[in-house]
Amino acid sequence: MAFVDLKDIRVSYDTKQDVLKDLNLSINKGELVSLLGPSGCGKTTTLRVIAGLIEPNDGEFNVDEENLTKVPVHKRNFGMVFQSYALFPHLTIFENVAFGLKMRKENKTIIKNKVMQMLEVTGLAEFSNRYPKQLSGGQRQRVALARALVIEPKLLLLDEPLSNLDAKLRISMRMEIKRIQRSLGITTVFVTHDQEECFSISDKVAVMNNGVIEQFDSPEEIYAFPKTEFVARFIGFENFITLNKLGEESYLAEDGSKFYSTAKTISNADKVKGTIRPDDIQIIENSENLDNTLSGEALVRTFLGKSYQYEVKTALGHLLVNDESLRTYQTGEQVTLYLNPAKLILV
Amino acid sequence: MRKNNSLKLIVIPVFIFLFLPLFIIIVTSFGEKPTIQFPIEGFTLDWYANVFRVGGFLDSFWLSLRIAILATLLALLVGIPAAYAISRYKFPGRQVLKQFFLSPTIIPGVVVGFSLFQFIVITMQIPLFTGLLLGHFIISLPYIIRVVGSSLEQLDVSLEEASWTLGCTKQETFFKVVLPNISSGIYASFMLAFINSFNNIPVSQFLTGPGLTALPTTLMSYIEYNYNPTVSALSVMLMLLTIGLMVLIEKTLGLASIS
Repeated sequence: MAFVDLKDIRVSYDTKQDVLKDLNLSINKGELVSLLGPSGCGKTTTLRVIAGLIEPNDGEFNVDEENLTKVPVHKRNFGMVFQSYALFPHLTIFENVAFGLKMRKENKTIIKNKVMQMLEVTGLAEFSNRYPKQLSGGQRQRVALARALVIEPKLLLLDEPLSNLDAKLRISMRMEIKRIQRSLGITTVFVTHDQEECFSISDKVAVMNNGVIEQFDSPEEIYAFPKTEFVARFIGFENFITLNKLGEESYLAEDGSKFYSTAKTISNADKVKGTIRPDDIQIIENSENLDNTLSGEALVRTFLGKSYQYEVKTALGHLLVNDESLRTYQTGEQVTLYLNPAKLILV
Repeated sequence: MRKNNSLKLIVIPVFIFLFLPLFIIIVTSFGEKPTIQFPIEGFTLDWYANVFRVGGFLDSFWLSLRIAILATLLALLVGIPAAYAISRYKFPGRQVLKQFFLSPTIIPGVVVGFSLFQFIVITMQIPLFTGLLLGHFIISLPYIIRVVGSSLEQLDVSLEEASWTLGCTKQETFFKVVLPNISSGIYASFMLAFINSFNNIPVSQFLTGPGLTALPTTLMSYIEYNYNPTVSALSVMLMLLTIGLMVLIEKTLGLASIS
């Protein structure tokens, strides 16, 4: 059994709809796993089930071969960082970090040593006598992290910890979290709706939708080979075309044109959806009878920095294309699109 | 801030209308004549001394003080846990309960007083002091629940959750995390309930009896028979007491935080 194991977890707040539908998730020791998904997908609920803040209606939750399903929050020994940080306003930074150790009735000098050491690691030593409202957002975030880590928890749970920080700080904090997580080797569950953040930090990502995990894989695998249409859409596959299976790796589109997909074919159904990122479609000249091409009319042009994005009207619907060539196409101009067969994913 | 002279035209008369009667009371308390008149003739502090000599004002003052403090403390003891339950737990009838606890502030004081009289004095035959205390406890409770409840609603629930994850039980969390962070609300609710109880007439009127009359009630009956500046002097002293308490609230919390 994996280190952390959620088995058939079901949660419903009322009888009408389940927030989590028989969710299964296994996490190995020392891994950093992200729960990624839009708001309302159940990722925070999953984290709260793990923390013990929500008791599941059905299912079993194990950590290190120990069934914790019915164990109350305060006996689980998990460190949790909340979206609002939840620092105690009436206590100093030192007292905030020492809170968990005091609850464990540790010896005073041990508490002092452990807290000061943790404040050193997180770069907060000079603020130990201040109150939370005297600190900046990034500093508060580090206090919350220090407070969760000082109790030497079995699991570290992070609930969108970076969402209240500005963009620059967010990037440096996520490196910091990863560094601390690696050096302590602590198994971590990270909840986020930001795919870039999630891909950069995680060993594994669980993409969630409507209370189920749609795909649980490494960030690289998910980025390149989404398994479902939802996952594909969520991580930036903007273009979808309906295809009928013709033979090995070959498919027929609705307008009769032929498409090849040499990407790992996941679907064996007769009717599938081909999906491709705007970056993987090229605008080409002279396309005579080439497969995987599609002609259309350029509509809207948007400047993205390193490329222009075009919305192209084709027989198979509107497609988004990122073109890095120096040429610009005018609205209404005819263009030919080439869909790279290695990047055309079937869902 | 933007200056608006036409607004002043309205504001100034309103303030005069509000404060002139109070001003007149203050002035009349220093008059030498044994009737309340304005303007006054001569100057004396005798009426202030008189407050401590006649009409049983001093006894009533101590009674009112005792009742107000005890009733408010009792209301805190019941009201804080009640406010916590209402704000943190979902249970059937929660909204109804919320409304119910606020009802004595909506129902006219005389109605509350009379129904308490009917229930406490006539039906239950509860001793006078206990009855008076119960009555004041009931009129204090809504203030506590309302003010403490709004402090609790402003307190981030994840503070408590964080405390649980750090190894605190729910009870320990209540004392170590919740109470310290709503202390200003508790203090404010105490002051409000105290002032309200101390100045209350309708409930006290119904629940008093021989030898046990609250100060406002004593004052009322005194006015019926003696219309002299002692009343003005006592009113001034009560105003000063209330103002003192209000200043205390303002100094410690700011009045804005409780309105």
